[in-house]
Amino acid sequence: MKILVAVKRVIDYNVQIRVKEDGSGVVTDNVKMSTNPPDDNAIEEAVKIKESGKATEIIAVTVGEEKAQETVRKALAVGADRGIHIKVDGTIEPLAVSKILKKIVEKENPDLVFMGKQAIDDDCNQTGQMLAAHLNWPQATFASKIEVNDKSLQVTREVDEGLETIEVNTPAIVTCDLRLNEPRYASLPNIMKAKKKPIEQINASDLGVDTNPRIEHIKIEEPPKRKAGIKVASVEELVQKLKNEAKVI
Amino acid sequence: MSVLLIAEHNNKDVKPFTLNAITAASQIDQDLHVMLIGSKADDVAKSLSEVPLVKKVLHIDHEIYENYIAENYTAAILKHADKYSHIICSANTFGKNLMPRVAALLDISQVSDIIKVISPDTFLRPIYAGNAFATVKSNDEKKCITIRPTSFEAAETTGGSADIEKIDAADQSENTKFINREEIKSDRPELGTARIVISGGRGLQSGENFKLITDVADKLNAAIGASRAAVDAGYITNEHQVGQTGKVVVPDLYIAVGISGAIQHLAGMKESKVIVAINKDGEAPIFSVADYGLEADLFEALPQFLEELNKLNTIQK
Repeated sequence: MKILVAVKRVIDYNVQIRVKEDGSGVVTDNVKMSTNPPDDNAIEEAVKIKESGKATEIIAVTVGEEKAQETVRKALAVGADRGIHIKVDGTIEPLAVSKILKKIVEKENPDLVFMGKQAIDDDCNQTGQMLAAHLNWPQATFASKIEVNDKSLQVTREVDEGLETIEVNTPAIVTCDLRLNEPRYASLPNIMKAKKKPIEQINASDLGVDTNPRIEHIKIEEPPKRKAGIKVASVEELVQKLKNEAKVI
Repeated sequence: MSVLLIAEHNNKDVKPFTLNAITAASQIDQDLHVMLIGSKADDVAKSLSEVPLVKKVLHIDHEIYENYIAENYTAAILKHADKYSHIICSANTFGKNLMPRVAALLDISQVSDIIKVISPDTFLRPIYAGNAFATVKSNDEKKCITIRPTSFEAAETTGGSADIEKIDAADQSENTKFINREEIKSDRPELGTARIVISGGRGLQSGENFKLITDVADKLNAAIGASRAAVDAGYITNEHQVGQTGKVVVPDLYIAVGISGAIQHLAGMKESKVIVAINKDGEAPIFSVADYGLEADLFEALPQFLEELNKLNTIQK
């Protein structure tokens, strides 16, 4: 079984986002970048499946600018076997990413494609479902548990009401929730070894996919600030304020 | 052209977020049709037809739709999508799972999780966990939109009398099978729509200690929330999680107890009307969004809070 895992480079989840004054976007210069957190869970799950003997190869793929390669390298350091970097400059929307990934799937023929359920930059939550649609494959989104069977997966999904379990035949797409597993850290020897693993580079323009944005970003602005609150000295004061000032209880 | 909203339901009742999405959809175009895909869901069709903002209900009734499977829903929607300028649903786990599949097959770049309709092609949506707001214009001819339900009022549910039109089912996907759903039944208000939410974090230290939260929730008729840390630690189940990757809540009163206030948690609650933070660490980031902060040990403060509430003559429900 072959598993393709898609990863995305985003602003690190600990960074306090700053909006550019001209309204054109957020500040990314000299800002720490990392792998999108649930993509780490996707890699981890693939590695665990390979360790259990049920998968033979893990390919990490990313779509993005030159430096996006770092996320593939990190995936290689925790257990992916080889990488693919599809180079594209500027903004690329989930629809175009999903079309690019379709091309890669057609070339590599994986049995499973894993990725995070949502990227923490644009918060779109689209790519996995879109890829499943293009391939006409089943989709198991927001996975918090995956059981690999012979020709199918049993996936527990985190839904608003609680947990839902579905069975999907392979090949299938799974988008991963943060609770799926605990991603491991790469050891130093593995980081060194990863430097020798191959990363194939492909230009998005060579894949024949239209990557022009369909959505115009007219303005990026800071959200309205909350008025500064107060500290209360005691529980009695808190309850009085809620009752008589805020009038919410 | 009309707009098409996909209803979420359980074959008995309309899910509340569909009513918020109806309000948003009607701001895009008043000629709003609602598609109901279900099995023996005539009661749902009837209640949707009574929503005054709804002009027509398209009802697809077939046993293959007894459980919600995105693959099957998508096929049904695509069969009837061509007459519509916009296809819309709520941005909860239902709509997040469904809409991109529809959008991809229509070759549309979806606009996710909008919080405001500026015009039929321009919308406001939060990005970076709500740390920036983007005004975006969709240049696709047809649009696929998901709506952040808590940013729109719920539509009125009585007084309307829309036609109910029965339409055809589509083929069933052979590759996805519903196994089960563990729904936690509760008499409390739903987290997404509750007037008051009280949430616990890692500071609670154990699942048993969440009783301190539930006692106050009972008194205030509040829903119970949690930070991701509390869910990950196993103190409480996942459907209580508030935050960037959990639920977004906008109650009149949000009480955060033992929650430090990571960016990802704030993303799910900072639009609440009044925020209370109880935390023993005076430097915790949660205080920066709190209207009323109480620097105290929650194990002392919560029982006192309940005691003070008990002294009140009346409590709004």
